[in-house]
Amino acid sequence: MIQSRTFADPAAVAAALERVGYLADAGVATAAHLALRTGRPLFLEGDPGVGKTALAQALADITDARLVRLQCYEGIDASQALYDWDFPRQILHLRAMADGPDRPEGYDPARAEASLYDRRFLLDRPILQALEGTPAVLLIDEIDRADDEFEAFLLEVLADNAVTIPELGTIRAVTPPIVVLTSNRTREVHDALKRRCFYLWVAHPDFEREVQIVRGHLADVPDRLARDVAGLMGTLRTMDLLKPPGVAESIDWTRALQVLGATRLDRTNATATLGAAIKYREDQVRVEREVLPQLDGALVL
Amino acid sequence: MNAADGAVIDRRDDGPEEQPDVVETMTGFAWALRAAGVNAGRERLTTCLTALEHVDPVDPEAVYWTCRVSFCSEPDDQARFDAVFGRWFLEADPEDPEPASAGDAPIDRLAARRPPGAPGDRQEVVEEDPSSATEAADVEVLRHRDVALLADAERDEINRMIALLAPRVGRRRTLRRARGGRERLDVGRTVRAMLGTGGEPVRLVRDHRRDKPRRLVLLIDVSGSMAPYADVVLRFAHAAARVSPATEVFTLGTHLTRVTRQLRLRDPDHALSAAGAAIPDWSGGTRLGETLRAFLDRWGQRGLARRAVVVIASDGWERGDAALLGEQMARLARLAHRVVWINPHRGKAGFAPATAGMVAALPSIDDLVAGHSVAALTHVAEVIARA
Repeated sequence: MIQSRTFADPAAVAAALERVGYLADAGVATAAHLALRTGRPLFLEGDPGVGKTALAQALADITDARLVRLQCYEGIDASQALYDWDFPRQILHLRAMADGPDRPEGYDPARAEASLYDRRFLLDRPILQALEGTPAVLLIDEIDRADDEFEAFLLEVLADNAVTIPELGTIRAVTPPIVVLTSNRTREVHDALKRRCFYLWVAHPDFEREVQIVRGHLADVPDRLARDVAGLMGTLRTMDLLKPPGVAESIDWTRALQVLGATRLDRTNATATLGAAIKYREDQVRVEREVLPQLDGALVL
Repeated sequence: MNAADGAVIDRRDDGPEEQPDVVETMTGFAWALRAAGVNAGRERLTTCLTALEHVDPVDPEAVYWTCRVSFCSEPDDQARFDAVFGRWFLEADPEDPEPASAGDAPIDRLAARRPPGAPGDRQEVVEEDPSSATEAADVEVLRHRDVALLADAERDEINRMIALLAPRVGRRRTLRRARGGRERLDVGRTVRAMLGTGGEPVRLVRDHRRDKPRRLVLLIDVSGSMAPYADVVLRFAHAAARVSPATEVFTLGTHLTRVTRQLRLRDPDHALSAAGAAIPDWSGGTRLGETLRAFLDRWGQRGLARRAVVVIASDGWERGDAALLGEQMARLARLAHRVVWINPHRGKAGFAPATAGMVAALPSIDDLVAGHSVAALTHVAEVIARA
């Protein structure tokens, strides 16, 4: 059933991920491999911008699946996550049937009512889309933002890979979707959900990997520039900043420097584009005072 | 691959008779993890055993990661996991009937490589968990709270505090809408109701934004100078945690300790002794600035302190750098809805916020209140309710 998207071992998964532009380390590759093999959800946590969402996209790419994303927020409920009836269209349909000029001869209220709950009036929301449109990768983003009642609901759906709609019956996934959950830890996600998943803390990449990632995202970026940025990022992440920059910031920053036509990182262009990497004023002040002056002479790297 | 390899995790080459060993070893490992504080329950063990079938049992890195993604459930687990993993697979287990031979058994190689590092770091192994690294670096004498059972009077006191707090945690508006009111027309429900009336909008349904109690975050200084008061504040925290499940309680001292889970226990005796057991730095020194920063980095900024009423109970005696405390307090004030500081000395005659820590923190405090007695805590409850 899921053979078509399995790989021999974590290394094979890593290789496939690399082909679609995601550079996975051993931890990510093993976790992805296990999720693909066992069908258990992946639960990803990590600092913002380390590539949690990108991993879901890459998993979809390597398995030829569709990525379905469910962004969680406070107050999200089943009608936004699962399905809803398209009431305006149902009413139009009802009216057209009941008193339109082409009202059929043998108008049968019971049949008319039944026709209201036809599949075409069902609005499929992300989870239903992922169950129906298989194969799919279902990304449940920032689950910690949803209320905890929503977790219980999610558990139920994930356990059965099926949804029961009273008017229509049960819709079951032919191929269960690969589920990726992410959390920013703004609140504690219930253990009942976590223990059904493989838990992975996604850390910042090391220097070489970061250089590769930046170069993978930005065509014809000077190698020297990518290395300068990745090196400096490593320093910045050890500084205890309010918001340590992630890989996303490395890419943004390199792109900004590229636009300015820079081939190396120096104090002038770093100061001008610092906002692409550092998003707090306090952090900027510290970086400008403590780190950027070092860029003046020979580069640290 | 030789037979000794099979002792731990190889079930492929040695046939089914080796299987109990895998289960046994991994069960023992799960027990050791649990003893170290990792929430490695039965279900996670099953997950791990299933997962191990899908990786090469002699590839140490794959085995390490398989166990780690199966057993861990929060970043704080990583250091504990690594420690137990090394201990369990490095040292021969005396109870193991067939201890793995030394040499190049996968376990040894596994341990030698430990930790393979946080995802992605082959070069910098240091960065795995900065918080635990700094904690480990400080050698100090740690004390636990004396766990005496509560007297009846104290129990009554808690019940009184619950009654005191119960109706009065401040509320905030949420994004969620509920029926009723006259704020806005609920188009969805109105249209749905039209289905029942043949498509006529007979009744207009309206809705309004719902209210929700504000999250209350209590940061309790448990250093030596606060010893006479920390207990009563901790009981207050227990009452608050009982009233609203969204309450979070941390203790500050030389470490940051989250005691929310312990204080959720219904029985105050159990709750307070569990919290006492969890706090490693009871009556120790104070590094308010550092522990506050740890709180903000690991919890507050991610969302815990946002829109919340944050209550700090401390006398402001700072052993570390007062400037750091001031900086972190300013950061907290920007995140939180309201910052309340309980200073037990505030109630005394001639009190002036003169300690270095207090002076640094003062600009970021919304309410500075006393809190040395139940009577004073009544006032605190009022301040919280107004927030």
